[in-house]
Amino acid sequence: MSRFFDSDIWWSFKRSPATMIAAVLALLFILGAVLAPLIAPHNPYDLAQISLLDSNLPPMWNTSGNADFPLGTDQQGRDILSTIMYGSRISLLVALCAVAMSIVMGVGLGLLAGYVGGRVDSIIMRIADIQLTFPAILVALLISGIGRQFVPRDLQDSLALYVIIFSIGLTGWVQYARTVRGSTLVEKSKEYVQAARVIGVSKMAIMVRHVLPNVLGPVLVIATLNIANAIIAEATLSFLGVGMPPTQPSLGTLISEGQNYLFSGEWWITVFPGIALIVMVVSVNLVGDWLRDALNPKLQ
Amino acid sequence: MLAFVLRRLFQAALVMLVVAFIAFSLFNYVGDPINMMLGQDATPEQKVELRESLGLDKPFYVQFGAFVGNAVSGEFGLSLRQARPVSTLIKERLPATLELAFCAAILALVGGVVLGVYTALRRNGVFSQFLLMVSLIGVSLPTFLIGILLILVFAVTLQILPSYSRGDVTQIGWWSTGLLTWSGIKALVLPSVTLSLGTMTLIMRLVRSEMLEVLRTDYIKFARARGLTNNAVHFGHALKNTLVPVMTIMGLQLGTIIAFAIVTETVFQWPGMGFLFIQSVQFADIPVMAAYLVLISFVFVSINLIVDLLYYVVDPRLRIEQTSPAH
Repeated sequence: MSRFFDSDIWWSFKRSPATMIAAVLALLFILGAVLAPLIAPHNPYDLAQISLLDSNLPPMWNTSGNADFPLGTDQQGRDILSTIMYGSRISLLVALCAVAMSIVMGVGLGLLAGYVGGRVDSIIMRIADIQLTFPAILVALLISGIGRQFVPRDLQDSLALYVIIFSIGLTGWVQYARTVRGSTLVEKSKEYVQAARVIGVSKMAIMVRHVLPNVLGPVLVIATLNIANAIIAEATLSFLGVGMPPTQPSLGTLISEGQNYLFSGEWWITVFPGIALIVMVVSVNLVGDWLRDALNPKLQ
Repeated sequence: MLAFVLRRLFQAALVMLVVAFIAFSLFNYVGDPINMMLGQDATPEQKVELRESLGLDKPFYVQFGAFVGNAVSGEFGLSLRQARPVSTLIKERLPATLELAFCAAILALVGGVVLGVYTALRRNGVFSQFLLMVSLIGVSLPTFLIGILLILVFAVTLQILPSYSRGDVTQIGWWSTGLLTWSGIKALVLPSVTLSLGTMTLIMRLVRSEMLEVLRTDYIKFARARGLTNNAVHFGHALKNTLVPVMTIMGLQLGTIIAFAIVTETVFQWPGMGFLFIQSVQFADIPVMAAYLVLISFVFVSINLIVDLLYYVVDPRLRIEQTSPAH
């Protein structure tokens, strides 16, 4: 532990107040999301706990507000603060799984392209080039919109989580593949790889046990920055109605549902989940930016 | 040159073929088209007859060939939800999307260049710093939230701009335009601002950094030494030289604008192609989805082909690199 507090990273962290605030906020979000069932003031999806009598209450600082529901309630009497906590849980889950899927796919294909080379390389990189010509959000939207047609109608809501993780995950692999391919090409010509080849280690073992650990550094940084993108992508898809269903709402679904109540004056139903989304994305982004600079030896 | 063009064309054709295949399998393997068209209580004979008349008993490659042939001539059958030809639906919706994208692109370009020049020339001004900070926040805001915030401020609170539909449109042939009526123009404001903000901040930052770079070069110093006015230096020399990268980025951003038009159209219930696609996904309207998929892919493949070819024409270095083996 003392090694960590003596390190350059901790030092640069202490010198950047914006990063510290962002890290604290991001941590709060993660804690709030993970512990939502334990610490949320209400369980908005337990029908026994919600009452229509509490519906459309404004936030507590408003004169007709109720301290039981700090950020007000929606049209079904659900506590907005609790729905935000449960919603962030789903948003974060989707983002983390999607990024994990992109990493596995991108690192694997990048390693293969870089180490095997030849025809395999040119096919993989050509597909990457083609995918890059389409904006990420469009690819995710098309995959998610079309993918759900192949799922039986009655299973669509329960499988929505997997469809959306798959569509965002499949969208993000290119960046990892390109980075890993580049560093693999560099590592491939180094002596330790040649030594391993001379003593007869198989191609697969060299790739996974020797090259892989040496190309993972930049992947971490890209992953942090991509978590914020994945959160936005998930929110956008859910907002468009091709993401999480209203029975299992993420922040995007909450914002989309709340939008209908803007004109009748219940602005808090959509604005608070929106603010939560912005704060979450900006704080994750700030931490990611800092990590990128802190791990970049050229800037030190 | 010819080899390069041919290779790019081949690649574009391959992508379109893959897309057509996805659209085709969407058509043929999602649900049973025969059951969908005839309903539950059709006799087996009727089903066989329809299957034959639709050509569904033919081998796979014949069906796929027929699908591609139809797609090329813009024929995607009837919308399941509206029971009207998909081509008519798209023709109705296309002007709305193109007008929105066009206005957003102009707004982003003009706004981005003006703000970029301003923040570069008044580098340390309070307003410039403010603009840069706002643009940083703007980059991390999702498009749909920008739209909702604009609706909240301008439509709900101030009530000066409409927040949905196109207002009154004028028909010119099959093209419907909202640019000729006051309510149409008012309806266009919020969606096009929403759609343009992302690109605008990008162009603003690009113009700013390019301007700062150019202003340091020798020919600018020389122009000043010649006694040219500030305006002549800034706009005649500096700005002109920053516009080349702006043009390339703008070309690529057109694609992004078209993609995010889907989001903007949904926020503002703008009756364009993107909104049509979202509705068709929710109602499982396969023919519309297939048509949209093919059309949007065609647009992107064309944009990229044109941008690639333009690079080739504009940048002589690419021509030389082609002789050495490609990466």
